[in-house]
Amino acid sequence: MEDFAIKVENVSKEFRLPHERNSSIKSAVVNFYKQKKGYEIQKALKDVSFEVKKGEFFGIVGRNGSGKSTLLKLLAGIYVPTKGQVHVRGSLTPFIELGVGFNAELTGRENIFLNGALLGFSRKDMHKMYKDIVDFAELERFMDQKLKNYSSGMQVRLAFSIAIRAQSDILLLDEVLAVGDAAFQQKCFNYFEDLKQLGKTVVFVSHDMVAIKRFCTKAIYIKDGSLIHSGSPSEISDIYTEENIDRSTDGNSEGALSKANQIAIKIKEQSQDNVKIEIGYKSKNKDPMYIGISILKDGISVAEISTLGKHKIVGNGRIFYNLNTDMLNGGIYQIGGGLFRLNNKELVAATSKRQEFAVKGSDPSKGAALRLPEAWEA
Amino acid sequence: MRHYFSKKNRALVAELVRTDFKLRYQGSVLGYAWSLLRPLFLFVILYVVFVRFIKLGTDVPHYPIYLLLGVVLWNFFNEMTVQSLGSIVGRGDLIRKIRIPRWIIVLSSSISALINLFLNLIVVTVFLFINHVDLLRTTLWLPLILLEIYVFALGLSLFLSAAFVKFRDVNYIWEVILQAGFYLTPILYPLTKITNVTFQKLIILNPMAQSIQDARYATITHSDKVITAHRLFQGGWFEYIPFALVALVLLMGVTYFKRQSEYFAENI
Repeated sequence: MEDFAIKVENVSKEFRLPHERNSSIKSAVVNFYKQKKGYEIQKALKDVSFEVKKGEFFGIVGRNGSGKSTLLKLLAGIYVPTKGQVHVRGSLTPFIELGVGFNAELTGRENIFLNGALLGFSRKDMHKMYKDIVDFAELERFMDQKLKNYSSGMQVRLAFSIAIRAQSDILLLDEVLAVGDAAFQQKCFNYFEDLKQLGKTVVFVSHDMVAIKRFCTKAIYIKDGSLIHSGSPSEISDIYTEENIDRSTDGNSEGALSKANQIAIKIKEQSQDNVKIEIGYKSKNKDPMYIGISILKDGISVAEISTLGKHKIVGNGRIFYNLNTDMLNGGIYQIGGGLFRLNNKELVAATSKRQEFAVKGSDPSKGAALRLPEAWEA
Repeated sequence: MRHYFSKKNRALVAELVRTDFKLRYQGSVLGYAWSLLRPLFLFVILYVVFVRFIKLGTDVPHYPIYLLLGVVLWNFFNEMTVQSLGSIVGRGDLIRKIRIPRWIIVLSSSISALINLFLNLIVVTVFLFINHVDLLRTTLWLPLILLEIYVFALGLSLFLSAAFVKFRDVNYIWEVILQAGFYLTPILYPLTKITNVTFQKLIILNPMAQSIQDARYATITHSDKVITAHRLFQGGWFEYIPFALVALVLLMGVTYFKRQSEYFAENI
């Protein structure tokens, strides 16, 4: 009994990149007579095979230009593979990006109907869903305004509210989390949880290892068009993080994050209500610096503090911060930090790996990071 | 075949056409009224220039209407092919990011043109009544003639829109061909002005010339000054060449479009 939702067999994709603008008949004729190929072959994907099982939350990880988006477009049926085959079982969302077909000159309302039609809904369906969509996007007041008067955040909210109506068995999501504020990201995460509950198959492309680890049940790592590794999300996340640290330290670039300055973070000790964070720093020149750290939950920064105006940071040394965890709700938190030049606030070094710590507690009446006091008044 | 006209696809075509219309007259004060005003003014201009000044076609009954119908049909053909030609490239954002049947984009832009044609024909009908043109029984043929023009234009549209993705010269070339076609088709002048019968025959082989002449014959007058393919070839099989051309163009357009459409997303 096969239970795959998507099966990719030995898929390769090549693009012809024209040397110069070749889309005129003249150059086509000239090249034909010169027996010259007016293009170069670029191999975007090389012999990739994998299977996505039904109900899996499947992550695709890779750097920019590694072929992730090409792969997603092949899955969506927007591209046709040069070699190999893509089998899909069940209905599949046809879009890979939010707000496809949005037109700035149309009103929010008109865009909802247009976008809905692109997702395969009839006007009747859309009339039924219209109110839910608008409510979810929290944009009632703006529906009769042209989209060009919307902020980008509003546009994303509207697009997302429509997109989640898509009733397919398999969903493709490309970096949706890269946009929107923290509240919106939380909505995305909630939606992902719902999808998992419903047993939908999701293919999810992201740079965000936290999100990959949190949601995915399986992941693959793609590099330069080839499938490097396939395994559990934490495995993939480790490989990806490792490779990318290598990259940033290998190149002796003159960039802002030069080796002359370094910063590292360690959890020194953790007690019931306190996390002692140790921050070590190295700076070759004698410029005055300051250190900033940020506490993250679910990839979103929830608190930041710096030594600016409190302590002088010069040369090599270490400094501690005592984080009182009474302020935080239960969950997994991460700490990252950066070393900044005092005079121009330029970032000269950042921690290559975030440190994790857990805060105990699972009070169902509380959510997100900040622990609010019981200040109810009836 | 049925899935081509599935509920999904119909809804999408309707929505794309609706969007097209909303955007077309955006920011204009008179809005949709322009769809009717344009043929109206066209009629006035044609009337003044070709009936009052140049006095062409004095021997053809109801010449002003005869003129208007020809121009309206040609304009439809012109508008549909030009709009469809750029439709695929113009909707590149959709094609690169969503899987929808590609032909739907061409179809929806052709339907926009078709709606415009019907608005124009309303104006023509009004003038038919004002000029006391007797209704002919042959008017029943008009829908079929319109269908012929539509199918011809659709075949060309599919071919042109797909070719335009690869070769951006196509729109200039097509512009020139349309210009030539406009003067090589008896739209502004009656075909009787061309005295050489061989030339007459060559001209009427063009499906646009044949269909416009047939439309005029069918709706306005049976006068023997209206030369149709049937009259010219006197029932010989030559008169079917325009229809064969239409079928050929459609077949060619569909085949080419189908082959190219798989690569639209990467070529745009």
